[in-house]
Amino acid sequence: MAAAEFDIPELKDDIEIPKLREGVMAHAKSFLAPKPVQDFMGYPHELGEDWKERAIDKMGDLLGKYRSLKVFLDACVHCGACTDKCHYYLGTSDPKNMPVARQDLMRQVYRRYFTTAGKLFPKLVGAKDLTKDVLDDWYSYYHQCSECRRCSVFCPYGIDTAEITMAGREILNHVGMGQKYSNEILGKVQKIGNNLGLPGPALEDTLAGLEEDIEADTGVPVKMPMDVKGAEVLLVTPSADFFSEPHVESLIGYAKVFHAAGINWTLSSHASEAGNFGLFNGNYETMRKVAMRIRDAALELGVKRIVVGECGHAWRVAYSFWNTLTGIGYGGNDPFSIELQKQLDPTYPQPQHICELTNDLIKSGKIKVDPSANDDLVVTYHDSCNVARASRMGTEPGGQFMIPRELIKSVANNFHNMADDTIYESTFCCGGGGGLLTDDLMEVRVKGALPRMTALNNVVKEHQVNFMATICAICKAQFTKVLPKYGFDMSMVGGVHQLVSKAIKLD
Amino acid sequence: MIYAGMFYIATLLLVVGLVYKIFDYSRTPAPLKIPTTPAPTTKKGVVYRMAKEVVLFESLFKSNKWIWVFGWLFHFGLFLVLARHLRYFTEPVWFWVGIVQPFGKYASIMMVVGLAGLLARRFLVDRVRYISTPSDYLMLVLLIAIGLSGMLMTFVAHTDIVALKTFFMGLMYFDVQPVPQDPILLAHLALVALLMVIFPISKLLHAPGVFFSPTRNQADDPREHRHVAAWAARLDQNN
Repeated sequence: MAAAEFDIPELKDDIEIPKLREGVMAHAKSFLAPKPVQDFMGYPHELGEDWKERAIDKMGDLLGKYRSLKVFLDACVHCGACTDKCHYYLGTSDPKNMPVARQDLMRQVYRRYFTTAGKLFPKLVGAKDLTKDVLDDWYSYYHQCSECRRCSVFCPYGIDTAEITMAGREILNHVGMGQKYSNEILGKVQKIGNNLGLPGPALEDTLAGLEEDIEADTGVPVKMPMDVKGAEVLLVTPSADFFSEPHVESLIGYAKVFHAAGINWTLSSHASEAGNFGLFNGNYETMRKVAMRIRDAALELGVKRIVVGECGHAWRVAYSFWNTLTGIGYGGNDPFSIELQKQLDPTYPQPQHICELTNDLIKSGKIKVDPSANDDLVVTYHDSCNVARASRMGTEPGGQFMIPRELIKSVANNFHNMADDTIYESTFCCGGGGGLLTDDLMEVRVKGALPRMTALNNVVKEHQVNFMATICAICKAQFTKVLPKYGFDMSMVGGVHQLVSKAIKLD
Repeated sequence: MIYAGMFYIATLLLVVGLVYKIFDYSRTPAPLKIPTTPAPTTKKGVVYRMAKEVVLFESLFKSNKWIWVFGWLFHFGLFLVLARHLRYFTEPVWFWVGIVQPFGKYASIMMVVGLAGLLARRFLVDRVRYISTPSDYLMLVLLIAIGLSGMLMTFVAHTDIVALKTFFMGLMYFDVQPVPQDPILLAHLALVALLMVIFPISKLLHAPGVFFSPTRNQADDPREHRHVAAWAARLDQNN
């Protein structure tokens, strides 16, 4: 089905705050998940007669399990600080894409059914009954949020709309309105082992082909091992790295780094995916099940270190949640955690980001690089939201900003940051994160990319930037599609390890 | 007598409501580590971050200078005004409450100016107008009315503060005394009682809420410490 026509926003000199245009994005509806997809996930595929009760019950359940949801629904004072912070609002001007308004879609229902004021004086406090219209609004606007957390940086109470969106999607799933894109992927990763649905043999073929390519290119037999028991490092990377462009260039980069450093590493066919769409759905059990594949693979292969490739939300799940969900990390004193901890090498952080690993190797001189190999490029760096605002690298706060930049600067001579209010913790989402990287949401994706494209355009004009490095599979896929819509070359985007790959010396 | 009863009930509702809400927040688990990063890596760091948030409104400062100016003027003004009011509840008046008196007096201007600014934004900025509910306007109007009635008594038509203090000290020691029959004072007190009642069932819960906000009160240490909620730990046992 062809996507509906829409206007591509015009790039201006500055990121402008648009006047409200009510309802202009209400039509954007991601495809609903069909029966087989919902069946596998254990959700209904259509609204039953009791959908309203189910929705309210689920909301009550979540309010009891997540303090974030309860506090965030209570604490907002409608100050307006977040209203101009969301890239989807800036790109679409639909007021329901303002973070507070997106939250209010749920807050109005929360107030009506769970608070004294809303039960007694609904009109006064903006409380509303849960109707089919409200539910449709939820479906539409909770799939126009990439859970990027930019609003949470600027909220005086730290209210994170991502938490509300996740709860909204969880409730929608429970009443039978799942999103096709995310839920299909969650099926594939659990049945086959990765989001793309590449079976083990296909993966082996792909890796063998890549090994040949590298050897033809460099004359060095760099290997991409899979399922090697007793390897030191298990590399878990987004499956897009195996065959999407430009992702695969970074995979080649990781392989060269391991080769040059003499590290014995392996991929896993069982855990051939770092991505975890359970995060986007906001379902703890699903997220845990998907993450458990990594633990299982680590135990099975007996590895001492777990390293994660270039993937934004995967790094959030790995860094912030793996220890909680699967015991990958330190500090657990229960049998479940100890079983894995005693196998892991305590001299390394677990899990470790590939950028941490490579940066350390370069700084300690264990691998050599020649930055002039990238002299044809003027590089900028796009901070991916989940890395920037929901995780860390290294030992100091902010390491997630400095380490990738240090790494880029050590392998490339020309680097320029984009504007301050569009990088680091203020970074703008690529527009395709959080389960929106699907063609049926192309209008949302293109318009949501406007702030980032504006910032990029400025460094292109000012510094002749011709390469935007990033460490997220979703960012890469999104930009590859969206850059041409704004008149840029799609090959302008690529991974940090794509740069490493060019500069690294293999002897 | 009516006012005495009103304040007893309002205080009871405020205290019970707030205690319940704080209890409810604290018993609800935060199953995942979700600090907005970069975040402090230690408990001490978290205390510092929270202090900057509560005292200086750091995030709001990064976000929007107008809301920050008005919001901070209002809150800091209110803080000084409240401190000043402690003289009605302490005998002898605490030393620092004595010092704060002149500041508290003029802080009322800060407070009302801040509130007026916030109210103006609700009318003037289309984005803020869109998200404002009737209660958002009324809350500001209520606070402004409290501020203005108080300022009237401070700067224009003084009320009998000795009798007022007798009334409040009486309330505290369950020895009910008559409230001075000054209409401005009676309006001021009634509005304050209303605010106390509304507090635990309204957005004023942002005051306790901010301390329980997981994006602000968690340390960034998930690789070093395993963080598991009770309901989530049960899942580990099935493996």
